[in-house]
Amino acid sequence: MPAAIEVRGVSKRFRLYHERYNSLKERMIHFGRTPFEEFWAIRDADFEIEEGSTVGILGHNGSGKSTLLKCIAGILQPTSGEIVTRGRLAALLELGAGFHPELTGRENIFMNGSILGLAKKDIEKVFDEIVAFAELERFIDMQVRHYSSGMYVRLGFAVAVNVDPDILLVDEVLAVGDEAFQRKCLDRVAKFQKEGRTILFVTHAADLVRRICDRAIVLDHGMTVMDSTPGEAVRSFREHLAHGETGLAVPEMAPAPAPGEPERELTHGERMAASAIGSVLITNVAVEHPGCSADRTFLLPDEPMTVRVHYEASEPISDLLFGIAIGDKEGNHLFGINTRILEVEVPTVSGSGEMTFDFERVPMLDGTYLMTIAIQSSDEGTVYDWHEQRYSFDVMNPSRADGKVSFPVTIRFPAT
Amino acid sequence: MAEGTRDARIIRSRLGARERLVRVWRYRELLVGMTRKELKVKYKNSVLGFAWSLVNPLLYLIVFYVAFQVILQSNTPAFPLFLLSGLLVWNLYGTGLSGATGSIVGNAGIVNKVAFPREILPLASVGAALVNFFLQGIVFIAALVIVRWDVAWEYLPLVPFALIGVLLLASALGILLSALNVYLRDTSHFLELALLAWFWMTPIVYPFMTIGGRGGWSTKVYMMNPVTPVVLVFQRAFYAKVDNDGVPILPDWSWGEYAGYLGLTFGVGFAALAIGVSVFGRLEANFAEEL
Repeated sequence: MPAAIEVRGVSKRFRLYHERYNSLKERMIHFGRTPFEEFWAIRDADFEIEEGSTVGILGHNGSGKSTLLKCIAGILQPTSGEIVTRGRLAALLELGAGFHPELTGRENIFMNGSILGLAKKDIEKVFDEIVAFAELERFIDMQVRHYSSGMYVRLGFAVAVNVDPDILLVDEVLAVGDEAFQRKCLDRVAKFQKEGRTILFVTHAADLVRRICDRAIVLDHGMTVMDSTPGEAVRSFREHLAHGETGLAVPEMAPAPAPGEPERELTHGERMAASAIGSVLITNVAVEHPGCSADRTFLLPDEPMTVRVHYEASEPISDLLFGIAIGDKEGNHLFGINTRILEVEVPTVSGSGEMTFDFERVPMLDGTYLMTIAIQSSDEGTVYDWHEQRYSFDVMNPSRADGKVSFPVTIRFPAT
Repeated sequence: MAEGTRDARIIRSRLGARERLVRVWRYRELLVGMTRKELKVKYKNSVLGFAWSLVNPLLYLIVFYVAFQVILQSNTPAFPLFLLSGLLVWNLYGTGLSGATGSIVGNAGIVNKVAFPREILPLASVGAALVNFFLQGIVFIAALVIVRWDVAWEYLPLVPFALIGVLLLASALGILLSALNVYLRDTSHFLELALLAWFWMTPIVYPFMTIGGRGGWSTKVYMMNPVTPVVLVFQRAFYAKVDNDGVPILPDWSWGEYAGYLGLTFGVGFAALAIGVSVFGRLEANFAEEL
């Protein structure tokens, strides 16, 4: 069976004009030296999408994912390479679907339908369904320029999914609209999947990709960096994000308050860290994943983890307490434990040494988690050293389950 | 979703002129829809609506009647009929071409969002002008019937060809200029002036024989205007008067000579179409970015 979409060696170059000369006078003045920079929005994209599959294109802003979708939709032409699509293709790009503001909703449905290649009588057949899906019964004879952006998107989606497309291209639109409409859209996407239609959608919502895609492609600066299962792709996407933009793997440090600005109130952890007297110092903390190969930088749900704490004591000190706390990036405290709670006897330390926290399994499903390591006196009266949220680990979810915590579950039906 | 009926669509940086025209043909239903849309948008929010398309030639008629017949005393018999027989088809050409030129820029919202052969947009503008032309034509023919005007029946069969010729010319140049206008917004302003000059270089307000009969190189240049044969065919068929008491008005050519002259229009039209479609294809690649 031929693929529904074939993308063969597609590259797209844009010219960025620093100034735009669209009038003759300006063109004459600047003849032949309009300043521009070239940049490649897509480089050598090459893949096929099988009929009936749902594929996500993941990428951060500016990765070329929307450009690629526009090329597949036929709105932009690639600079080189070729794209073949088989079957009726309906595309929903950003806001709206190419409606004319002066025309009414009704007129736009007919125009949009005919652009998508439907005969008038075919549109008449699905017209009521489109209006009902968009929930625009009362407004259908109103000019669309009076529509709200939500109404615009609803109408666009309603047309696109009701014209019987073989291929549906969706760009981020699922992020707009209220929750009820989003659910309706996802239901329709699920129905399309069952009917064996091909869906390609562009997003940076990794969760959505994991939930509904069979496969995902990750773009970074126009290059295809990963083309794999959704779980793998999401992991790669996160890694690229970490290396490229924000330091996801490294917890962000609170910016130092500017001079003259009133200092914000310190958190409990920061106060504790500031009060450390330092006669026992945490010299190094290593997070190990005993369950997997050394070069993997993340855990899978329910894998074991070892946190190795190296310390150095300037004098022999007894009566110590070692503690660890785990929180998420949103600031929720998830778990805290220390040697006293577990009634572990801490030997007297002197010089450098090492202790470990062995986690039998980490019951998280997905995300980046921050760890605080502390060394205190056993009555918690003295803080020797306190590393507030200075360490982190990542958990990547290969499955389609969604959420943060891994609940072990099996599903049964009574035998009949 | 019948298997086998799915035809593959190929998107690549360049399609040949013939492939492009075939694509336009496949989307002919959309052309009809877009034409309807053009008309709807044009007359939306206007009280007179379609009546405007009749008011326009009427005003022209009054102005030229006063200027030429009353002030300049040029005595073309039945001047209103003479004027309208050429003016209506010129209006089709002029409004079609200027509408087409602005069509891509004017429909940026659609061009940026949906894929379809972009040539449809200039063609729809010409289509909208054609619908107006038919409305005006009905009124004109009604006027001819009321005054029991003797049309030249033997020349009427040439009229459809003249019409096709002028549509070809307007479409071809419209496709070319609509693409240029995306990159150089002066195009539409320039066109307005060019059309004004072109109008006076076409025998619409004055009879052809006042210039075309003189001979000499200036006449030869004058005769190269591809709209002139179209206008002449319309005048010969509907206005029909070759002379007025010995003063020539229209060339006293045979049917075949008119037809041959019309060939010029088609020649220029096809050449312009080939150039227009290939230039359009070259420039189309970046429409969505430029708009």
